[in-house]
Amino acid sequence: MAATIEPSVADVFAWLDAVPDPEIPVISIRDLGIVRDVWWSGEGMERTLTISITPTYVGCPAMRVIEADIVAALSARGVAHTNVEMRLAPAWTTDWLTANGREKLRAYGISPPRPRDLAADPRALDLVALLGTLEERAACPRCGSLDVALVTRFGSTPCKAQYRCVTCREPFDHFKAH
Amino acid sequence: MSDTTDLATYAMRLGDNALVLGQRLATWTGHGPSLEEDLASTNVALDLIGHARLWLAYAAQCEGRGRDADALAFTRDARAFTNVLLVERPNGDYAQTIVRQFFFDAWHLLVLRALCASRDARIAAIAEKAALEVTYHVKRSGDWMIRLGDGTDESHARMRVAIDDAWPYTAELFAMDAVDDAMVARGIGCDLAALHAPWRTYVETVLTDATLAFPTDGVMHGGGRAGVHTESFSYLLAEMQSVARSVPAERW
Ligand SMILES: [Zn+2]
Repeated sequence: MAATIEPSVADVFAWLDAVPDPEIPVISIRDLGIVRDVWWSGEGMERTLTISITPTYVGCPAMRVIEADIVAALSARGVAHTNVEMRLAPAWTTDWLTANGREKLRAYGISPPRPRDLAADPRALDLVALLGTLEERAACPRCGSLDVALVTRFGSTPCKAQYRCVTCREPFDHFKAH
Repeated sequence: MSDTTDLATYAMRLGDNALVLGQRLATWTGHGPSLEEDLASTNVALDLIGHARLWLAYAAQCEGRGRDADALAFTRDARAFTNVLLVERPNGDYAQTIVRQFFFDAWHLLVLRALCASRDARIAAIAEKAALEVTYHVKRSGDWMIRLGDGTDESHARMRVAIDDAWPYTAELFAMDAVDDAMVARGIGCDLAALHAPWRTYVETVLTDATLAFPTDGVMHGGGRAGVHTESFSYLLAEMQSVARSVPAERW
């Protein structure tokens, strides 16, 4: 049997860049920032490629689909054994969305998330202060207007809120900072 | 009790709260008062069931009895469920659903934020993840508190009834028992009693915005964490477990 050439980790990362997010197919799972690590382990027939990903929302049904899509994409490239590992910590945040991903979202009509306030102490117990600063300003992805109204905090998927642009009157999805 | 038994119980309580409230909320799916609200409450239910899966998987791992998260969710009897009574309260009208949710969400966020500092790495990781999601839950239920409280005479009156109805079940959220004490002593759990004041402060702020009076404490109910549940809980459990119990070996 001819020895197969093992794809490098860099190749694998590039292939994962072609795996779309099932809910927002305009961005890839790498744009989404959920691919944490890729490595080979085991010997011979047991040689296995592990992809470590971080869930966006733990109850998000898309995570199962993403897992299956990764296995299918790598299998199409000739990787026989793929293991997808869910890594919970550190928790995914929208700050991990790539600049490329944000631009693709905007072009697609989804307002990208604002950077989170990293100064906030995650353990502070003053909910009045915490929740008072949560209100984020979405910008209309079509006309750029900041004069927008929140329709609902939970849109078609857990990661999106629905807004309406007061200026151009178009409804749009906003990817919530998380 | 051994160290791992306490840890299993601790994770199980967090999981049971999320599972039971998620199940209650899920029955609103398709019946919400508006499409947006239907989607929102379904999303919150999904988040909670996702948290429940993580907590119960960890509880199963800690107890080491060969059970998994599904076995804990679908094969335990009511007596073995450790959720607080508040989350099993029936949905009632939308005021009752929202008040139950708001009281729980505010407590839930405080607990999760406190548990981010847990010395148990797994508990800290799940808490950090869940806290991000629950932050949006509190915002949503708090918005509805204000919208319905400061709404029409009818919605205001219903909110008053709902608050009086749910209030007696809030004390149990902050009651410490031997498991809590042990977990606090080991730096794993959080001091629930210490969260009571920040919770009251936040609830009072929202109730004031909602033009609703802050309720007074009367007879307070508890016992859910020890497995003593209300009658309606048995119906919830029967529905939730019916498929798994009728075809025990089925996978899907
Ligand atoms: Zn616009």
